[in-house]
Amino acid sequence: MSTQDTAIPASAAHPYHRLVLRRLVVLGGLALLLILSVAIDISVGPTQYPLADVLRTILWPGEAGVQMRVVVWDIRMPVALMAVTVGGCLSLAGAQMQTILANPLASPFTLGLSAAASFGAALAMVMGVALFPGALTLMVPANAFLLAMAASLLVFGLSSMRGVTVETIVLLGIALVFTFNALLALLQYFASEQALAAVVFWTMGSLTKATWPKVFITGAILILCTPLFARRAWALTAIRLGETRAAAMGVPVRRLRFETLMLVSLLAAVPVSFVGTIGFIGIVGPHIARLLLGEDQRFFLPGSILAGALILSATSVLSKVLLPGASLPIGIITALVGVPFFATLIFTHGRRQW
Amino acid sequence: MVSLQLDRVEARYGRKVIYADVSTPPLPGGSLTALVGPNAAGKSTLFRRIAGQLAGAGEVRLSGTDKASLRYMPQDTGMNAALSVYESVILSLKQGRGGWRLTEDELHAVDEILQLLKIEALAGKQLAELSGGQRQLVSIGQTLVSQPRVILLDEPTSALDLYRQYEVLEVLRAYVERTGAVAILALHDLNQVMRVCTTTIAVANGRIVATGPTLEVLRPALIRELYGIEARVETCSRGCPMMIVDGAP
Ligand SMILES: Nc1ncnc2c1ncn2[C@@H]1O[C@H](COP(=O)(O)OP(=O)(O)OP(=O)(O)O)[C@@H](O)[C@H]1O
Ligand SMILES: [Mg+2]
Repeated sequence: MSTQDTAIPASAAHPYHRLVLRRLVVLGGLALLLILSVAIDISVGPTQYPLADVLRTILWPGEAGVQMRVVVWDIRMPVALMAVTVGGCLSLAGAQMQTILANPLASPFTLGLSAAASFGAALAMVMGVALFPGALTLMVPANAFLLAMAASLLVFGLSSMRGVTVETIVLLGIALVFTFNALLALLQYFASEQALAAVVFWTMGSLTKATWPKVFITGAILILCTPLFARRAWALTAIRLGETRAAAMGVPVRRLRFETLMLVSLLAAVPVSFVGTIGFIGIVGPHIARLLLGEDQRFFLPGSILAGALILSATSVLSKVLLPGASLPIGIITALVGVPFFATLIFTHGRRQW
Repeated sequence: MVSLQLDRVEARYGRKVIYADVSTPPLPGGSLTALVGPNAAGKSTLFRRIAGQLAGAGEVRLSGTDKASLRYMPQDTGMNAALSVYESVILSLKQGRGGWRLTEDELHAVDEILQLLKIEALAGKQLAELSGGQRQLVSIGQTLVSQPRVILLDEPTSALDLYRQYEVLEVLRAYVERTGAVAILALHDLNQVMRVCTTTIAVANGRIVATGPTLEVLRPALIRELYGIEARVETCSRGCPMMIVDGAP
């Protein structure tokens, strides 16, 4: 007891440094798995390529054959990387929604942001209505973004009202999902056959229409938002101790909530507008990160991005392997495979954090 | 010397006014101040107002320090984040400071506060796994770790066993004596108040009914007015004042 005071030795021996090291190893592991998954994703398809050839084509495109180069670089890589950027965006969006709303069920999908985005996209595809005047070429994503933004503003407005509990917010989210789904159905009812097919395909969620520009845009949004969250890492973590406690530590809770919801809208709306509704990444990704790394945002933030990206990338592989040749829409797989996986995860993990 | 003074302070939740206009003399640092009053009297509300979480006219005057050095421990100790005790204390220390890295000094400050509260064994435990009293101790650790000059603690001993109650109050007393900080403690146990708090503020129904040296404030008449209880203060065989409760009148 009395020798304890002097016994705190310098640097590496401190238990906290060991904890940090362990977390960094986990993050590194997730990153490696992600790289592996992307490589497999690129190698799997109608024609299988050995992993080594794929890697060689990625690293030295000049030396590969033309056909190989086109398949790897122009066809498969955008899809594989789109899974990474979209998975990362949606998972990060879910993680921060859960953080600021203190609700494990909060995600772009469950709170109606995705449904709102779907409706906006359908508005463009079916009626040709541009909510953003002038942005005709970007009509679908612009509409999706605007409506997701509107939905999140509504959620934010409600969540900051007095007497509103976490349950009320989830209820409002569910109401939003139903409302926008009904509106979407209404649009589909009046849609031409061609537009209907586009909308249906869109709502199933699919990465197959990924292109390099879409990869760059979603990637840019992820790269733009991440440091903005990172700068607020301590404050965001503190919010998880409760609003009063965070405010008592000097965190500007309302402003942080507002800024976070704005970024979350961006993170959720843009990927959804490109690939359609892909559910559950926004819930499962953050939960895996939370189980592996805890909620210190310095680890939780990158962890959520990596976990979401990894899940969607692995799902992309699955969607090609499950029914060879068919390439199932990925939104279907995330729900079908994601839900049982998620349930197992929750039931096997005894610790109660919420 | 640090001191805190309320000057015609109003506190309200939206339009619901709890305190219309309350003032205190300067509350000195270096010794503990108690905030007493029945349930729903407005103790927590006054803390929230001082901490800047509630709107209202008037002024909370700090001298010898500024708002950045104020820490407030809410009454509710519920914490369910997926964080270890150690991380949650670090978190409190790092608020308002830049940087993701922790310096050796910062780690040392966290180690020190856990040792002070004798909870170093809890360091690696998850918040969700703590008992009620452990939560309260961790909460106190979060409050003290940044070495605040003004401390508001809302019922810091309500979940603690006899030994921990004693320990925590002694730790707090030693802290303010060493640092000259202002510390206001909302407490329900008036014997605790008499033992450790030099000054006492009594509140009821959104009014401050008395402020002054503890033994002058805690008189039978005031106890009757506040709680509707007959009580007297007597000196025990070792010379310390004790409150003896006789019952409802
Ligand atoms: N968030 C709130 N909105 C509206 N009124 C509130 C709110 N919180 C407290 N009040 C009211 O303010 C008054 C004072 O409550 P406060 O919590 O400050 O009492 P307290 O003295 O801390 O009581 P306790 O000893 O039970 O903790 C009570 O009438 C209460 O109903
Ligand atoms: Mg209270």
